[in-house]
Amino acid sequence: MRVMAQIAMVMNLDKCIGCHTCSVTCKQAWTNRGGVEYAWFNNVETRPGQGYPRRYEDQERWGGGWTLNRRGKLTLRAGGRWRKLSQIFSNPKLPGISDYYEPWTYDYRNLTDAPLGDDIPVARPRSLISGKPMEITWSANWDDNLGGMPQHGEEDPIAAKVRAQVADKVVYEFEQAFMFYLPRICEHCLNPACVASCPSGAMYKRAEDGIVLVDQDQCRGWRMCVTGCPYKKVYFNHKTGKAEKCTMCYPRLEVGLPTVCSETCVGRLRYLGVMLYDADKVTAAASVPDDRDLYAAQMGVFLDPHDPEVAAEAERSGIPFDWIEAAKKSPVYDLIAKYQVALPLHPEYRTMPMVWYIPPLSPVVDALADTGHDGEDADNLFGAIETLRIPVEYLAELFTAGDTVPVDSVLRRLAAMRSYMRRINLGEEKDESIARTVGLSGDQMEAMYRLLAIAKYQDRYVIPTAAVADAQRLEEAATAGCSVDFDEMPGGSGPFGETSGRSTPVAVENFHALRERGASDRPADTAGLRGRVNLLNWDGNGRPDGLFPAQAEDD
Amino acid sequence: MNSPTTRILLWGALPYAVLAALIIGTIWRYRYDKFGWTTRSSQLYESRLLRIASPLFHFGLLFVILGHIGGLLIPQSWTDAAGVSDHTYHLVALVSGTAAGVATLAGIALLIYRRRTTGPVFLATTRNDKLMYVFLGGAIGAGLTATLTNAATLDHNYRQTVSPWLRSLFYLHPDVDLMQKTPGVFQAHILIAFGLFALFPFSRLVHAFSAPAGYLFRPYIVYRSRDPKTLGARAPRRGWERVG
Repeated sequence: MRVMAQIAMVMNLDKCIGCHTCSVTCKQAWTNRGGVEYAWFNNVETRPGQGYPRRYEDQERWGGGWTLNRRGKLTLRAGGRWRKLSQIFSNPKLPGISDYYEPWTYDYRNLTDAPLGDDIPVARPRSLISGKPMEITWSANWDDNLGGMPQHGEEDPIAAKVRAQVADKVVYEFEQAFMFYLPRICEHCLNPACVASCPSGAMYKRAEDGIVLVDQDQCRGWRMCVTGCPYKKVYFNHKTGKAEKCTMCYPRLEVGLPTVCSETCVGRLRYLGVMLYDADKVTAAASVPDDRDLYAAQMGVFLDPHDPEVAAEAERSGIPFDWIEAAKKSPVYDLIAKYQVALPLHPEYRTMPMVWYIPPLSPVVDALADTGHDGEDADNLFGAIETLRIPVEYLAELFTAGDTVPVDSVLRRLAAMRSYMRRINLGEEKDESIARTVGLSGDQMEAMYRLLAIAKYQDRYVIPTAAVADAQRLEEAATAGCSVDFDEMPGGSGPFGETSGRSTPVAVENFHALRERGASDRPADTAGLRGRVNLLNWDGNGRPDGLFPAQAEDD
Repeated sequence: MNSPTTRILLWGALPYAVLAALIIGTIWRYRYDKFGWTTRSSQLYESRLLRIASPLFHFGLLFVILGHIGGLLIPQSWTDAAGVSDHTYHLVALVSGTAAGVATLAGIALLIYRRRTTGPVFLATTRNDKLMYVFLGGAIGAGLTATLTNAATLDHNYRQTVSPWLRSLFYLHPDVDLMQKTPGVFQAHILIAFGLFALFPFSRLVHAFSAPAGYLFRPYIVYRSRDPKTLGARAPRRGWERVG
């Protein structure tokens, strides 16, 4: 047994209202830069729908993830080492910018600069790729809320798969009645295909917390990771020529804060916590012959932190005490293993994803209420789950490689919880039998309810810091001392673009800025900013030269 | 070209200057600009032409490099001893060299055409790139011209001139007189190539140095521990190092 720790996430899809706040705050934090305008480390897609990038789930075309070869051995679907190297000069399975969408801005200048006339000036869209005026025909969530479904409905690979199994008519009915949102970030897989695809070895899984990252100094832009990731959650920055991806907001996690997407989630549907797993079992679990066994196989990889033997083994494997304690309190572990209401996204890609989902029950309840039945009566609900086979099949294609049994069991647990809690809410007697039909006790049911419905900030996010012993060093206080290792002043610009050259640790940057501010009676230093004042460091002292941009000569 | 001073400067001093620029420049660039060290691929913008042109150019170039190693570094006496007649050697060299050269030239021509005509790709082209293309295209063009003109006349055996001269550079005893007998087109090819080598570390060509051969030997999944340095800006004080 080799115990490793992983920061994992669970999202409760019942609560997602599709507001895209997670996407927007993530974009503001990580990808509001040139070169990744089109990249959304977090995106929310409406299902059924094509997803982002378009039809990314069609692995016949994109070749993401792992597959078993003829000898039953785990191999990259897009080809192994030699295949990868032979295709290095032109990756045949790389999505083009149009498969994501062509990013654009607007010609805002026209609003103020247009000559006086009868027409109201408009800001026309302009491509951020070619700089030319463009027509907007697609974007990251163009088919939001089933928009354009008559036109694009056929292009959802999952719907197509389900359609192949049941008659067309039924499918169209289901499409009109059934919709939910699927927020997606990087899965930080236990068996990441992007890492395996990287020829440079620049992508890695962090041993301490399992976060999958791209070493920007080692990435050479071979683009194989984009193909390797079946979720298409590695993006190629076309300005810097390097791969970028969701970082699980590791700088926040390291100091005990949740990711930006979790922090700002309006529906409070995200849970973060530690999962302990046995690293020795991962490859075997990812290699089980039947796709439908992958969910169970991955469950078998997880370790119970409450088991004293596991805790002892974890300590021997070098996992810090506070991490083991956090694993015991992990809401993610409870949802995945204790209550078994969370499921992995597309386990059939064999990457062992670590962002899990509680499938939505609401469409079932709504459909039931529409027919005039009591939507929260246990018997009605159980019956409805049975009869509304199509949504279950669709969910099964997403979460369990098509096996409806686990999805059914999750939905039954959620339905039972609703009925059980409703009785309490209405002041009726607790009905243990409802809990027992889904294999839980009444107390467990209430605990699960508390976790799903009213869990507070500290219950939803149980994040051990990077190292308590390093707390003093983790502070970015500039007062911590002067660094003699970095003699170059920050803010400089190298000959290969503004970000070239060595990076400066944030604390050093602060230190110099603060010293400059504290020790000089002049306005803040303007060197390195092409004559402009860095307003973040500006001390309000006088009116320095670069405070406002220089006026153009010809104006 | 014929004064002894020029000869010594061009064929005795310049190669070492270029070599120094190449080595020192590469070390400097690697230390200074790891973030800028990339292929700067434009496949995201356009892949239809790239799918043909890029493999054509790169594989062609790999064969060209192999041919240069065979022709320049292996002395004629070795192939003679192996029983390869001069005629056979030149026939093989001409056919394979021309094929590889034409593929490379066609590849780069198509790549430059793509770069010029595809709006986003052209926008992403720097001045540095354009300068590099001049030297790269020039070196390939001059090299192919040298091969073909020499094949037509067959009056110059470069394995008696250029090759020994190049090897003499490595013995640190450059025999500059050998280059006197070399036709101008060969000399032009070599000088343009020197320019290209000197430019190499300062252009996008550096990606060639990071050809990912290590991929064949490493395990698929890479684990790394958090860099202790990134936890804070300083090393911990003595006695405060992390133990857990």
